[in-house]
Amino acid sequence: MSSIAIADSAVSETDRQLIRSLARSLSPEQALWVSGYFAGAAEARSELVELSREASTVSSRASAVQPPAALLKILYASESGNAAALARQIESKAQGLGLRVGVEDLARYKTRGLAEEQTVLFVASTHGEGEPPETAASFFEFLAGRKAPALPGMRFAVLALGDSTYEFFCEAGRQLDRRLAELGATRLADRCDCDVDYEADAAAWTERLLASLQADGVGHAGPAGGAAPGGPLPAGVSGLSGGSAVSGRPAYDKSRPFPAPLAASLRLTGRGSTKETRHLEFDLAGSGLDYLPGDALGVVARNDPALVSEIVEYFGWSGSEPVAGRSGETTIAQALVGEFEITALTPRFIERWAQLSGDTALAELVSKQPRSELASFMAGNQIVDLVRKRPAPGIVPQEFVASLRGLQPRLYSIASSAQFADDEVHLCVAPLKFHLHDRERHGVASRYLAEDLQPGDTVPVYVQRNDNFRLPEDPATPIVMIGAGTGVAPYRAFMQHREALGIEGRSWLFFGERNFRSDFLYQTEWQAWHRAKALTRIDLAFSRDQQHKVYVQDRLRERATELFAWLDDGAHVYVCGDAEQMARDVHTALLSIVSGGLGCDDEAAEAWLRELQAEGRYQRDVY
Amino acid sequence: MQIEKETDDTLGVDRSCDISQPLEKLHPDERMKAASNYLRGTIIDSLVDPVTGAVVETDTKLMKFHGIYQQDDRDLRDERRRQKLEPAWQFMIRVRLAGGVCTPAQWSKLSELALAHGNGTLRLTTRQTFQFHGVLKRSLKPAIQGLNEVLLDTIAACGDDARGVMSSVNPHLSALHREVWELARRTSDQVIPRQRAYHEIWLDGEKKVSSEAEEPVYGKTYLPRKFKFGFAIPPLNDIDVYTQDAGFIAIADGETLTGFNLTVGGGMGRTDRTPHTYPRLGDVVGYFPKERLPEVAQAIITIQRDYGNRVDRSRARFKYTIDDKGVDWFRRELEARVGFALAPAREFAFDTNADGYGWTQGSDGAWHYTLFIENGRIDDRGERRLMSGLQALARVHEGEFRVTPNQNLIIAQVPEKAKAAVSSLLEQYGMHNSNRASALRLNSMACVGFPTCGLAMAESERYLPVLIDRIEALTQKHGLEDQAIVTRMTGCPNGCARPYVAELGFTGRAPGKYNMYLGGGAHGQRMNRMYLENVGEDRILAELDAIFARYASERSDGEPFGDFVIRAGYVREVISGRDFNA
Repeated sequence: MSSIAIADSAVSETDRQLIRSLARSLSPEQALWVSGYFAGAAEARSELVELSREASTVSSRASAVQPPAALLKILYASESGNAAALARQIESKAQGLGLRVGVEDLARYKTRGLAEEQTVLFVASTHGEGEPPETAASFFEFLAGRKAPALPGMRFAVLALGDSTYEFFCEAGRQLDRRLAELGATRLADRCDCDVDYEADAAAWTERLLASLQADGVGHAGPAGGAAPGGPLPAGVSGLSGGSAVSGRPAYDKSRPFPAPLAASLRLTGRGSTKETRHLEFDLAGSGLDYLPGDALGVVARNDPALVSEIVEYFGWSGSEPVAGRSGETTIAQALVGEFEITALTPRFIERWAQLSGDTALAELVSKQPRSELASFMAGNQIVDLVRKRPAPGIVPQEFVASLRGLQPRLYSIASSAQFADDEVHLCVAPLKFHLHDRERHGVASRYLAEDLQPGDTVPVYVQRNDNFRLPEDPATPIVMIGAGTGVAPYRAFMQHREALGIEGRSWLFFGERNFRSDFLYQTEWQAWHRAKALTRIDLAFSRDQQHKVYVQDRLRERATELFAWLDDGAHVYVCGDAEQMARDVHTALLSIVSGGLGCDDEAAEAWLRELQAEGRYQRDVY
Repeated sequence: MQIEKETDDTLGVDRSCDISQPLEKLHPDERMKAASNYLRGTIIDSLVDPVTGAVVETDTKLMKFHGIYQQDDRDLRDERRRQKLEPAWQFMIRVRLAGGVCTPAQWSKLSELALAHGNGTLRLTTRQTFQFHGVLKRSLKPAIQGLNEVLLDTIAACGDDARGVMSSVNPHLSALHREVWELARRTSDQVIPRQRAYHEIWLDGEKKVSSEAEEPVYGKTYLPRKFKFGFAIPPLNDIDVYTQDAGFIAIADGETLTGFNLTVGGGMGRTDRTPHTYPRLGDVVGYFPKERLPEVAQAIITIQRDYGNRVDRSRARFKYTIDDKGVDWFRRELEARVGFALAPAREFAFDTNADGYGWTQGSDGAWHYTLFIENGRIDDRGERRLMSGLQALARVHEGEFRVTPNQNLIIAQVPEKAKAAVSSLLEQYGMHNSNRASALRLNSMACVGFPTCGLAMAESERYLPVLIDRIEALTQKHGLEDQAIVTRMTGCPNGCARPYVAELGFTGRAPGKYNMYLGGGAHGQRMNRMYLENVGEDRILAELDAIFARYASERSDGEPFGDFVIRAGYVREVISGRDFNA
């Protein structure tokens, strides 16, 4: 329901955001009601337009509602440059015929806009054994995949280049042609398959096609697909913009998480990396869940089945013993997998265990003040370690779970913008691994997300609002984004959001990780934003690429003068990532930058930063 | 291409595509060169851009003139794209090394740099030099500065200029080799670009502002394309002199060099299914005495500078200038520029383009060991530890090393007393077994190809050894195991391993698919012809099985494989470049 296609370019970007957001937050019943409302409103409006057209065909009002001339888009996939050159030739021919035409390389094409294209001419070459050009591989994958949108509003034609000595002659063009039709697009002309001597065939075919488009009026006037005229929406519609105003609260939240299917999971860090940072995409379609950049996603994870087996076997249970879980009766194995924390020790567990095992030393440890000894014991042992070290023979499953606390959801900063990723939510997760008593231990949720989940599996999720990590209200306000490792996640959301809304204020990223070659998370996206000047500046610190370690705070200091000038201009500063080291060192660096910039002492600088914080201009999301 | 026909009044030559035309009418690369401020471009900025491991596109072209190719690990390209990582950008650095000769100290440094900054291997090339692969952007300067410490550079090892000059390694004729190599080195120094960009960019040299032209000979736009010189010493045609843009065949009286026969217009590169591109063998145009070498070399360069095609890069090599305008035109033009007439070519005879392996003694009494290095790759692989072994050897060796045009290595100038020590090191590091390979393998050669070469369409270096294994099974089946058959493979049609003069040649079309060529001359005197287009291994082996069966039973005494396939009618003899695609 929420994946509505809005094909009409006459709807403004703002209105579209409004409608999308509305669609996402409504329950099915509410949506039905709203659709009825709009249908009525549209009917009333079109009558109005008809009337005004009849009244005066030359009235300025009639011309004001005329949508912009439809565009002929030429999209090419080029390996050696032939397809690119051909696309340019066709462009100039089309311009010569007075058509409105645009050319784009599929290598850089934003697939989000595909469903809105109306008339598209694809020029695609094939290389190797029937492969599309490497630069366009992402587009072809997207089109072939399950995320490809329906294309009922598109008319297309494919000009395929190939080499007939290959078995899969013009295969990329053929695939494109087939798939576009499958997605509901309308063929303007039969595909043209050209051999290496493509010039004559391509020219003849293009000429016929352009002539028919010209006759058709593409690029001259008139809506291409029965679009409703533009202009302001009926009064009262904007009052519906907050979905919550209608529904009261979203359908899913922490108490009732939404089972979101995993749409994609891939490793972001390249070969040779010391990290295994992953990118995950969940499908929120139908959930009504909406989120803003800066928000976090709550994820209800499951424990490591191997650890559960180990515990069950250690106590000599079968695993099927019934216990009272948090939501009714279940088996011990299921309860341990999905309902209770079974890794970290808590004082309550130790206390209960002291009773169950009759271990007086343990009872002493837990009651002793101050609790530093207890703290270091808990840091150095997990539940499995304790139960092995201090056996409690004859314990029954119910006693064991009664000493555990419930499994808590984990929060991850969202790495996508709802305006950009539509029905998806993206996470950037670095699996936590460490050694304790010569055994590898894993973070519960990161292990689960990285290792257990397969695309298609569902995970209970909810949106955790975070109003303390928000883009500035004024789009012109500059932003400085500082992050290390997965701390870059919310900045990806920021950039997507700014791109989707066309926000053009200055932006500056400071990013740190270990190695440039393998750990530059979302590298190609940052490069594209930087190239497009959507990201004004970027500074990188890869700690292990040189003899001496370099961190983000070092880069901040190197840029002290410029950075202070940004702050002085009202920039908002964001810090995301590791709380213990990075955020503290970054804060110290900011202090010295401020004291340098103001010519004041640390105390005054600290006060200045506090003021910044109070104004919401220095925001942190650290963990 | 529709270009107004313009002719040179005095000579009646077509000048419509050469440097006489305004830049706007020429290929965009000509404007790029002209605007580069003598090859500086924005290389310095590109090197320090932290956001990418690559350099900007124009700089990739300019850096070729500095001996550096931007590449990426193509094995990882798709994987990294999915990971939202840019391609694994890395660089290949090619050394400029005249005649393949280097000192043990230079060898030690080259190995050290390969281990510190490259992928841990050294690659010997078909033009007698070294390549480092897998060098990251931040390691480029340290690597080049390291080379500079041992007086090596990479200037014009690629680019539209005169590349490193080749010279026969002929180990028998010691004095003659020494003299010809010396001339090759001088020629290399004579035709090297004079620009100071190299020193400024890589060696932190002082930036000089000067109004004087930096390139008195090349000018701002250098040559239309690359240019290759080579010196051959008969009877060994190891450098494949007919494939050089300009070749000098040493003519000697005994071991006393008198002069050279000049060949012009050779070259291998072509494009598949593009008939106006073809490999071509050079024509022998005449003889000149050795004292006139500098003027002749200079005149050849300037003729190509002035007349080479600068509109269509696929027609820009010297071979097309010669083919389009004629050998007679060239001879007149050359003679006008040097001020003397070429004498008729002197007699000479080649008998092979292959290397002889193992120990051989030069006429001056010193010993030379030619070591087979499969496809030129120096690395440690199991028992056969070429990288470590040659490092150890370089520490004790007092002579020199010579890289052969077949990507092998000669441990040269070993005094009688040191011979045993060299032999024992060869054994200790498992290198000696290399030379016991089959005749087929010892005469095989592949370019680099995947995963580093950006031009590769199919595997080459990584696959030829496997294909040879399978062809060996056929030569054994037909009793041909002692038969040397010159076999060469390249991953694309550009011809770095000179596949078009092989008796059995392969050029890549797509992963697992090759064009197969037959009929090259056994000493590089004749090109082969395409026998099968775009076929896989099964088809190649099936065809060879049948051809070997006939060759084994029908060949006449000593008849090379390349001659037989023509006589037996498998392919028609190729008579000229234009005939190659006919």
